Amino acid sequence: MLDQHRDYVLRTVEERGVRLVRLWFTDVLGNLKSFAISPAELENALEDGMTFDGSSIDGFSRIQEADVLAVPDPNTFELIPWSERSAAEARVFCDIHNLDGTPFQGDPRQVLRRHVRAAHDEGFTFYLAPDIEFFYFEAGQSGGRKPVPLDEGGFFDLTTRDATGDLRKETIRKLEQMSIPVEYSFHEDAPSQQEIDLRHTDALTMADSVMTFRLVVKEVAASQGVHATFMPKPLEGVQGSGMHLHMSLFRGDENAFYDDADEHQLSPLAKSFMAGLLTHAAEITAITNQTVNSYKRLVPGFEAPVHISWARNNRSGLIRVPIAKKANPVATRIEYRSPDPACNPYLAFSLLLAAGLRGVHEGYELPEEADANLFEMDDTALAKLGIQQLPQSLADSLRVMESSELVHDALGEHIFEWFLRNKRREWRDYKTHVSRFELDRYLRSL
Amino acid sequence: MPNTNGMLAVFGDMMSPDLARTLDLGGYSWKGVTTLDEATEAEPADGWRAAIVSIDDASEAAWSFCRSLRQHDDGTTRILLLVAGGQIGDLELRDDLFDDFCLSPFHPAELDARLRHLLWASGATPFARADLVEYGDLILNLETYQATIANRPLDLTYMEYELLKFLAQNPGKVFTREILLSRVWGYEYYGGARTVDVHIRRLRAKLGEEYAGLIATVRSVGYRFGQSRWGG
Repeated sequence: MLDQHRDYVLRTVEERGVRLVRLWFTDVLGNLKSFAISPAELENALEDGMTFDGSSIDGFSRIQEADVLAVPDPNTFELIPWSERSAAEARVFCDIHNLDGTPFQGDPRQVLRRHVRAAHDEGFTFYLAPDIEFFYFEAGQSGGRKPVPLDEGGFFDLTTRDATGDLRKETIRKLEQMSIPVEYSFHEDAPSQQEIDLRHTDALTMADSVMTFRLVVKEVAASQGVHATFMPKPLEGVQGSGMHLHMSLFRGDENAFYDDADEHQLSPLAKSFMAGLLTHAAEITAITNQTVNSYKRLVPGFEAPVHISWARNNRSGLIRVPIAKKANPVATRIEYRSPDPACNPYLAFSLLLAAGLRGVHEGYELPEEADANLFEMDDTALAKLGIQQLPQSLADSLRVMESSELVHDALGEHIFEWFLRNKRREWRDYKTHVSRFELDRYLRSL
Repeated sequence: MPNTNGMLAVFGDMMSPDLARTLDLGGYSWKGVTTLDEATEAEPADGWRAAIVSIDDASEAAWSFCRSLRQHDDGTTRILLLVAGGQIGDLELRDDLFDDFCLSPFHPAELDARLRHLLWASGATPFARADLVEYGDLILNLETYQATIANRPLDLTYMEYELLKFLAQNPGKVFTREILLSRVWGYEYYGGARTVDVHIRRLRAKLGEEYAGLIATVRSVGYRFGQSRWGG
């Protein structure tokens, strides 16, 4: 099988006149990294991998064990649709290995592979469909000034000169060319804010797709002189950008979340999976919401979750169970609403799967549905319902993560330790910053 | 232009409903003929792709038909006999007149499997060249792994290519997701059966609006490539 994959890739490179093959991989923080090789190197790369100096990548090797191997995954070989026709380029995602061939601990893709394989061994396939939000802004603005949106459009708006609509259309075309099917797309609530919903696929493919997605959105925007950003909360006073994740577990052709005997069509397995997510939600928040800015989105009043709760049709909770149009076994799923599109999808998907399966293995009990509007309840009322809040800041979420055995085991020592160290530094830098808020509020009055 | 769909000749006095149903479900195009003259008249311009010939206790005409096929097209038309149990002795010394046979009454799955294998084995004939799969504007070059639709190259991943190849090689036939998964991916695949839906969706997008309909969804069954015999 693998040989045929290899043949297919090599033959396509030859037939289509590919001049450059880009090897893609992802660092611990979810940044896409790339180096290019010539087609002549490709056969060798597919066979043995390409050695590179891992110490140059954030969160990869320590200096003394610097060299690692990038081994292309031929399944992910694609022509890049924005390369020049006369000098075609292709990309392929890589798994990072140690020189002795073992999976490299610092590679997020290998982490997700490990979780997907473990689920597979239990007979499960983990499917995800993200709704990804982002903003378009005028390009060329430097830091410090407020970003300028391209329009003042709102939810589902169809504006007459919809510049962002054209960008979106072109983006979707490119995504489809790169094997990323789009389900919906529309203008979101805030000025220049967009949402593109991807169709479900298995977790590893989807993590690769999210990486590709972010690049395609930025590439298409940049080609029109526009800046696209996945920053969770770029504008005050309007909603931020989330990445709601629709999830289900399948056993072969059967949706393991579906049970027609249940009044809400949720299987016991779905309920304990949800209980796992709720129980460990605070622990995994540092990964699903990894920037200082992420926590400015997770505030009341902007459609982002604040409380650790679930409901069927209540968008103020962390988990929503969408009501299927008709009882449709395949469509039964849960929607986890806190992640933002600036997270590392490999690590976020790994932790969601690990937390959910922990609930399944340990038979966690799903708490009562919280169908009231939680934003309107005060702390005592919430406490009475046993509803906790998500961490309030990066510092908060790091503190919870640090004592989580689940996150430690799921990420592995290397990434766990590096991530905490790196993010604590980010928090320290932030803490020393004197903000405009403070100047406005205190300079004259104190 | 070679027609990969090809027309099957079904020769015999009586066309059994079982046989008709088996061929229809298999997505084959066929014509029933009862005499040599009728067969000659009904023969398509590019020849028969294969012939299914019933052999019972009065089958001289059937054997003549086999002989004529062997003579007039250098023996490239594959011949499958449906032999009534008592006539098995008739095959003796006629090995040159047929490629395979099936006992009658036949088991539909057996006939389908034998026919499919026969057509596959006849890949060297001009009607189904092994290195090229064509269906309408779609061409897959099996040697270079390249696919084109209306002369536009399709950028496919390996699995998209393999799935399209499998479907295009079996036009008109309905496949369940499980069958596609096992035949195209093999069972040891992490993606699970819904992977098939995902890939079908991707293929349709890449084929483009005009050609997306080449792959039809057959409700609560699976997928079918190309036209169904029922005109659906």
